[in-house]
Formats: sequence, C-alpha cells, structure tokens
Amino acid sequence: MLALNNVHTYYGKSHILHGVSIEVQPGEVVGLLGRNGVGKSTTLKTVMGLVRPSEGSVTFEGRQIGGMAPHHLAHLGIAWVPEDRRIFRLLTVMENLRTGLERPGVTEARRKEMLDKVYASFPVLAERREQAGGTLSGGEQQMLAIARAMMLEPKIILLDEPTEGLMPRMVGQISEIINVLHGEGVAILLVEQNVPLTLEASNRVYIMEKGLVRHHAPAADLRANHAVIHQYLGI
Amino acid sequence: MRRSVTSYWIGFAVILGLLIIAPLVLPEFWRRFVTEILIWGLLAMSSDILVGYTGMVSFGHSVFFGLGMYCAAAALLTIKPPNLWLAILYGLAGAFVVASFVAYFATRLRDIYFSITTLVFSQIFYVIIFTWTEVTGGENGLAFSQPPLSIPGLWSGRFTPETLHWFVLAVVTASFLILRRVTQSPFGMVLQAIRENEPRARAIGYSVERYKIVAVMLSGLFAGLAGVLYAVQNKFTAPDFVFFLVSGEVVIFNVMGGMGTLVGPVVGAAFFLLLREGLSRYFTEYYLIPVGIIFTAMVIFMPQGILGFARRRLNQ
Amino acid sequence: MAIGLEQILIQTVNGIVNGMILALVASGLTLIFGIMDVVNFAHGDLVMLGGFVGAVTIAATGNFWLALLVAAVVIAVFGAVLQATTLRPLIGRDPLTTILATFGISLVLQKYAIWQWGPSARRIQEPITGNFSFFYLQYPWYRILTAVLATAIIGALYLFLRYGKYGIWIRATTQDRVMAQAMGIPVPLVHTAVFAIGAGMAAASGVLFGPLGGVTQNIGLDFTLRAFIVVVVGGMGNLGGSILASIFISLLEAYAALIVSPAQAVIVSFVALILTLLFRPTGLFVPTPK
Repeated sequence: MLALNNVHTYYGKSHILHGVSIEVQPGEVVGLLGRNGVGKSTTLKTVMGLVRPSEGSVTFEGRQIGGMAPHHLAHLGIAWVPEDRRIFRLLTVMENLRTGLERPGVTEARRKEMLDKVYASFPVLAERREQAGGTLSGGEQQMLAIARAMMLEPKIILLDEPTEGLMPRMVGQISEIINVLHGEGVAILLVEQNVPLTLEASNRVYIMEKGLVRHHAPAADLRANHAVIHQYLGI
Repeated sequence: MRRSVTSYWIGFAVILGLLIIAPLVLPEFWRRFVTEILIWGLLAMSSDILVGYTGMVSFGHSVFFGLGMYCAAAALLTIKPPNLWLAILYGLAGAFVVASFVAYFATRLRDIYFSITTLVFSQIFYVIIFTWTEVTGGENGLAFSQPPLSIPGLWSGRFTPETLHWFVLAVVTASFLILRRVTQSPFGMVLQAIRENEPRARAIGYSVERYKIVAVMLSGLFAGLAGVLYAVQNKFTAPDFVFFLVSGEVVIFNVMGGMGTLVGPVVGAAFFLLLREGLSRYFTEYYLIPVGIIFTAMVIFMPQGILGFARRRLNQ
Repeated sequence: MAIGLEQILIQTVNGIVNGMILALVASGLTLIFGIMDVVNFAHGDLVMLGGFVGAVTIAATGNFWLALLVAAVVIAVFGAVLQATTLRPLIGRDPLTTILATFGISLVLQKYAIWQWGPSARRIQEPITGNFSFFYLQYPWYRILTAVLATAIIGALYLFLRYGKYGIWIRATTQDRVMAQAMGIPVPLVHTAVFAIGAGMAAASGVLFGPLGGVTQNIGLDFTLRAFIVVVVGGMGNLGGSILASIFISLLEAYAALIVSPAQAVIVSFVALILTLLFRPTGLFVPTPK
C-alpha cells in the first residue's frame, strides 16, 4: 500500500536520507527503529509531503505521492502524529478533533458516531473536551494527537515516537491503542525508541542507521534473536 | 579570478572615461540627466550597504538625503560668502546626527520592525520639515545660489555645467572606491554574514550591534553627501525629498540593479531614470504604474536584479 | 489657553470613532500577518480603493449601503486575486521580499487610482445626517453609526473565528501551518481567504471613512502607517490588542489635535510606536510573554 523506493532527501546541503526503501501493507504494523538522528522522523515527514525527495519515489495505493501537498495526502488516507504531538494549543480538545472531523463527505451522523467512539475510548478527552489543548498533560496531549489523527479515518497512521516522555502507565495505554487500531485494520508505521514496545506491537521491523535501512525482519525473529538489536542500537 | 578582476577595472575605466567626456558631447538636457544619475547612484550605493550587504531594509534614506540637502542649504544661506566645503560639512554633520539615531534603533530592532520604524522616522521628519515653515521654508522649500568651486590656495571660480559634472563625478567615484574597499574588506564580509544568518554571526562571536552601527553610519553619511550634491546642483531643496517615497524609490534602484553589488544599484538608478524618461512620453505622469509593475515582477521573478541576471548569463 | 470640558468630551468620542475605523483596518492587517507572516504594505491602499469603488457605486445608485457592500466584495475578490498571483509565490522566501513586493503593489495601486479617478477628492454622502443631542452637546449621528458598524463587523469576525468551521481552520492554520495541512486543511486556500477578508474589511473602512475625510489616494499611505503602528503597539497577530491599540492611538491623536495642528498630531502616534518598540516590543496590550 505504501512504498518508499530509494528515497534521498536533503536539508540544505546535508544529505539526510541516502536511499531509503520501506514498504507497508494494508493493515500491517511496521516498526522503524534506530538511534537518534538516523532519519526516522525525516522518513515519516517525507511520506507526509513535508519533505520533498530529491531522488526516489514514494507511492501510496499505486500512485506517486512524492511532492504532493500534505492536505491532499490527508484526504487520501494518510495521517501523521508528529514527534512533538503538535496539538493546536489554543484550540479546545473538541476543536482539535474537529480539524480532522470537518471533511467533505462526512455526514453529521457519522461525525457524531466518531466523536462518541473517541470519547468512549479516551474518557480523559471527554472530560476535558472544552479545555484548551495547551492545558493538557503530556500523556493527554499524546492521546489527543492520536485521536485527532483517527478523525481522518485514515488507512495508515504515521506514528512518531508516541511514548517519548510518557510515564510507564501511559506507555501501556499507547500500546493498547496501537493494538486496537491494528484490530480495526488501520496500518501503522511506527517510529520508536522503545524497543520492547515496538517488537511487541509490530508485524515487521526495519532498522535504520545513518539515513539507510540496514536490517529488515519480521518482529518475531527479532524478538527471538536480540543480537541484531544489540548491534544497531547498542541495547 | 585574475582575469575577472582586470576586466572589472578595464570596464570601470571605460565607463569612467565615457562619463568624463559626457558633458562635452551631450546636449544640456542629457548632461544634467547623467549628473543626476550619478547623484542618485551615490544614494543607491549608500542604501546598498544597508539593504544589500547587511540585509536591513531601510525606508529612511530620504531622511539622510533630505537632511544633507537642507543642512547644506542652511550653510549656503547663512554663511556669506557661500562656501562649498562648509556646505558639505554641514550636510555630513546633519546626516551624521540622524544616522546616530537610526543606528541606535538598528541595534534594538530586527527586520520588519526596523523597516517600519525607519518609515515612521521618515514621515516624522517630513512632517517637521513641512510644517516648520519659518526655518525650512515649508512646502516651498529653500532656494539658494550655487557656491563657487574653491580649492583653498589654488583656485576659485564659479561652476560651469562641465566642471559641476566633473566635480560630482569625482565625488561619486571617490565614494564608490571607498565603499568598494569597505565592502571587499573583512568588515564587508561580516556584514554579509549578518545578512545571511544573523544568529550564526553572533554565535561565532561577532559583535553584531557594532557592525550594524557602523553600517548605518556609513550608509547615512554617503546618503547625506548625495543630498549635498543634489542641493549644489539644483540650488533648491524641498520637503518632497524627505518623503519616504524617495527611500522607496532608492530601494527600487537597489532591487532592480542587484543588491549587494554596489555597481548594481547605480545601474538600477540609471535603469529607473531611463524608464521614467521613456515611459513618461507615453504614460505621462502615470509612468509609475508600469514601473511599479516591472519592479514587483522583478522582486518575484528576478530578485537578483539586472546585474545578477546579467552575471548569470555571462557565466554561461 | 483653556481647553473646555466639552472639547475634551467631543475629542474622546472622535477618538473612539476614528479608533473603530482604524481597528477595522488594523484587524485585517494583523490577521494577515498572524497567519502568513506577510506585512502588507499595500493595505492602506485597499482602504483607498474601497473608498473609490464605494464613491462610484453611490454616484451610480445613490445607495450608501449598497456601496458599502459592493466595495467590500469587489476589493475582497481583488485581494484574493492579488494574493494568489503575487504573494503566493513568495511564501517561504525572505520576509523582506514580501515587504518589497507589497510596496511595489502599493505604488501601482496609488498611481492607478489617480489615473482612473483623477486627483481630486471624491465625496461620499453620509446616509444619515443631523446631530444627536446629548445635554447641550451636538454630535453627528453618522459618526456614531460608523463606530457601531465597525464594531459590528469586527464582532462578526470574532464570532466567525470563534465558532464557525472555517474559523477553526483559520485559527489552526495561524497556530501551526504545517500541522493544519497534515490535518487536511487546504492551507493555501485559507491564506487567500484570510487576505480577502482583510481586504474586504479595509474596503469597508474606506467607505465608512468617506463621508468623514473624503476619498483621495493619499489616504492609502496614511492608513497603512497608522495600521502598522497599531499592529505593533497592539501586538502582531493579536486581534484584541489591535482593537485596543487602535482606540488608544486614535484617542492620543484626538487629544493632541486640541493642542497642535492635525498634521502634527500624527507625530504622537509615531512617538507611541517608537516608545513601544523600545520598551515593550511585543506590544503594549499583550500580557507579558511567559
């Protein structure tokens, strides 16, 4: 469904991605591991149209999306949950959700349905629905960011380090949410530093180093054999 | 590199030569035109130091220019016999004082706030000069006689159209050479570094404030000098020259000619004045409409200006 | 030289009235700046063009309200086209480039206005004549109407931003352009729409101001300068701040006009600007940044 093929990107004169090739099938959870600065976030941003590849191709459901504007991609079914969450701080929780809800082709009834469902899954958000996004705690903001992405009814969610800076209890909740999404058939491209969570949640895992994919295996293999993880991540 | 440096100076010598013979071969109207281009060119060069090299868009050049003019007028009207050098001195002094003010603000404000403030400054001076009729002649400005060209101890005599032109040419050429020296020096390099990336220049350890102050002072002084020359050439001053639009036009010269090249703005001034000449035949006083459109289009599509464009072509 | 209480009172009301008109202009400017970092040098000229379009419409139909509507709509559309053609290509470039570009546009618009409508002032007849009596003071009804209308328009803008779906789009884009795009909001369209709204409001001010000050192409620069000052003093991008600052600046000028000539009273606002920049550069009416 989603495929990056030999993607190169630059930031000014810095060569960030040196020919990244990654695939995500419908409904799969694919993990992307690697040390800081290897280009994991940049990979997600490239898919989301925020970074233009200088070489290589990005395709989604068969069509070329490299260089397409992000708002088109959102309508095609790609949702992005960035590393720093990027909640609209001055908008209320409800308004944050509405940025994804108010799309052409969504009926009033469907909107109500989606909202009810989200509030049921995230009672914390229901409680705080009239509060400004900026007043939420880190964990709550992460939930909001994910819930907001879900409002787009995406086919794939690009999750960038969702557990960063969260307490262990919250990490567990994130893990659950990923499972639920997986259960609903949403594909996930998960960038993470938390190795156990990633191995647990993913079907397949890519490991990146210095702008390139160095290793690629089913998660089950990596769970069984930690040597590779040691080698690339030093854990 | 050697080749381009020598060819630069050859080109310079050729143009200088042409400018020297100009008053001898051109009809009166065009001679004045060329002299005016030189004066506006000087003004544009002074502005380039700020806009092109340091990256500070200033709409305040009309103040330096105007004050240079009015102070020179003051000297020529109050001190008898009218003395050319005193006029220059007064003009530079006036420009210096105002430049100090602007320099102070330059260090405290960045980008857009700086530009707006210089604009406001311009208008403050305009209002003052326009309404303080007793001193500045208000709307009508001041008229005075041209001082004689006197080199103390050597010779004294009235200006003829030719000698005036040569005097202006000499001053402008000297200014150009000085400014060129400055911009090519390490000082000039730092200014450009500030334009490219101010935080980084600061991080490297340059005292950005000091550089900006010097840039403003330099820019202001030469602009004031241009004002003095204009006063001497035309024998009158008027508040129109302090109106911010003049600064706006100067910025237009900079952009059209090519910012950060010193020569570019002079080319830009010439281009603009020629356009005005040519277009006013067809458009009369509405020549600014097509010129404005050309300018805006250049900002969008040809931001390196005529010179930058030509340079690229020549390099191919 | 004694300044009577009535004069102070009248100047206060004048200050508020002028302030509301200015607020209409400045809020458009600050909205535009807040959402796309564009300092629109030509904003005052949009006021001027609105005034002319209004004057022409009134001359043709005799209806002030129609003129107000037509001017706002025409200039809004014009603003949209302008933004889409000249300002969109400049997104992401050096902010100085937009200043230069909008300056160029301002020149063209001013000269075009002279060419199209001639150098003499146009008059717009006020829709309501006569004075309102407060104790023994007389005050023109029209001026009160102007303030009310301007307040109404700004109020409508506020409600639109606060509650409408598109209001959410605009607010989200202002806060985080990138994330807004990632949520499917068509940011380039939002930019154009906001510019159009700002232009429309400016045009409305031009028509409202018509009966008070006449319509000439000089008012363009005047409004641009004042609007800039207000936006800086009120805090760039801060809607509430620009309204308060508009009234503040206009009151200052109104009071100053009691002492010096109106042409010189304008220096007061300049001084206010400079003081603000020196001591509270984020804006006088903005809470101290945390």
